[in-house]
Amino acid sequence: MKSYNPYSKEVMKHFFNPKNVGRLKLPHGTGEAGNLLCGDIMRIYIKVKRDKKTGGRRIADIKFECMGCVVAIANSSMITSMAMGKTLEEAIKITKDDVLKKLGKVPPIKIHCSILAVDALREAIYDYYSRNKLPIPSELQKEHKRIQKAIKTIEERHKEYTELEKKILKQKSK
Amino acid sequence: MRRVYMDYAATTPVDPRVLKAMKPYFLKYYGNSMSLHSWGIKAKEALEESREKIAGLMNANPKEVIFTGSATESDNMTLKGIAFANKERGKHIIISSIEHHAVLEPAEWLEKQGFEITHLPVDQYGLVDLKKLEDAIRKDTILVSIIFGNNEIGVIQDIEEIGKICRERGVYFHSDATQAFGKIPIDVKKMNIDLLTVNAHKMYGPKGVGALYVKDGISIEPLLHGGGHEFGLRSSTVNIAGIVGFAATAEIQKKEMNEDARKQTELRDRLIKEVLKIEDSHLNGHPKKRLPNNANFWFAYIEGESLIIQLDMRGIAASTGSACSSASLEPSHVLLAIGLKPEEAHGSLRLTIGKYTTKEDLDYVSKVLPGVVENLRKISPFKRGWK
Repeated sequence: MKSYNPYSKEVMKHFFNPKNVGRLKLPHGTGEAGNLLCGDIMRIYIKVKRDKKTGGRRIADIKFECMGCVVAIANSSMITSMAMGKTLEEAIKITKDDVLKKLGKVPPIKIHCSILAVDALREAIYDYYSRNKLPIPSELQKEHKRIQKAIKTIEERHKEYTELEKKILKQKSK
Repeated sequence: MRRVYMDYAATTPVDPRVLKAMKPYFLKYYGNSMSLHSWGIKAKEALEESREKIAGLMNANPKEVIFTGSATESDNMTLKGIAFANKERGKHIIISSIEHHAVLEPAEWLEKQGFEITHLPVDQYGLVDLKKLEDAIRKDTILVSIIFGNNEIGVIQDIEEIGKICRERGVYFHSDATQAFGKIPIDVKKMNIDLLTVNAHKMYGPKGVGALYVKDGISIEPLLHGGGHEFGLRSSTVNIAGIVGFAATAEIQKKEMNEDARKQTELRDRLIKEVLKIEDSHLNGHPKKRLPNNANFWFAYIEGESLIIQLDMRGIAASTGSACSSASLEPSHVLLAIGLKPEEAHGSLRLTIGKYTTKEDLDYVSKVLPGVVENLRKISPFKRGWK
């Protein structure tokens, strides 16, 4: 019989037993994505270790925090598992499709949750580069601008909303 | 694992006595109520007897009750049917801001057809301000539609007063009593109700059966044109077995409703007391003016869909007004209307009980819920405050 459970076994596995939950003490980079309007907020913290021989930088530890739905939590768990141990160059290249491929079936309306996970990771890496005053790859700079713009638009929508709320409350107290 | 159904506001199991009453109308008395032969007459008898029973539970005349396929249909028929039959009198309709989508959406559709809709605000408990209602009624107002007991937060409006205002001002008053019918007393005459939406599956009857009370003398257009069933107001072969089930549950609830309500109110208040022990938890809706079976909360820093799936894993069925659970990615309009911020509405949880809910069921929920909330808060970036 066809399963009508909207989520794959893999999604449920990560949702019920998420990996890498928590906060890192003194993280080398922190990234946030999402918005309270749709309910999902994701934060990713990374520690980066430099290879003495090659000079490459790898993600030595990674944690996440998420206020969000089933898919948002599963995505955070999945992407942090995928990024662990990767070089920063490799981690930046992880796309939403890579995450979705590993997670399996997700309803179309939930795909944006995967984008949030990717965004949060890229923001954490961006944060690491800028804190250490390292040259930031142009692709990542573009991404950073896009993500920040998205957050701003959402904030504006939220502002509109709170203003509407104030108006209604004013009407009420009349 | 214990399995506890806490979603009676979504739908209820059928009372075994109701199923028993329905069964012969599938197997033996399967006639069409419009047929001339004795099979048809038998069906017609069952139909009219059922109409009397439904009318009896709301103090209406049987000929004022029209059977429909759902509460959604009854709401649609009211909004569209009254609008189109009375558009010469006016094109203004008033609804509350916490209506079910079955009222909201037809109202929005009517707006596109040139009607004007006023959404009445509600207070922090979800109550409509009567003064605001009086101010909103205009010369060209043809209909006021206000939900009897809200499906999400359970708040019960002051229907009698609202009815009085509408009657005095000569405006039709419709109330969607989908959640209230068979749970609390409703008297259309005493409450000055002109149209009332009711249905079977929220009160231990079958799905796919609703009814609309239309006060004698009110002009309304049908949604469905055809063979002229239901006084020409709702053409479709009549769902006899379903209607017999609806009537059977109405008859049972008429007798048992008050005792059910007393028991459920007690259980509900116990549950509310237990759940509010959880840190940063809040009750949505009015503490007293609420349906006996409804409890609704919001928990800070977590999201509702996650909460529902976690509870389901532990054998508990519940519901949420979170955006993530909806198709639109917007949080519940009802929770926003009572002043919740989107992030607060995201963490909402509706627990609704019924006549089969036991004290042990609620003990189990009270035991499981704090741990589930705690688990999700561990994952959340917010612990105390939204920073």
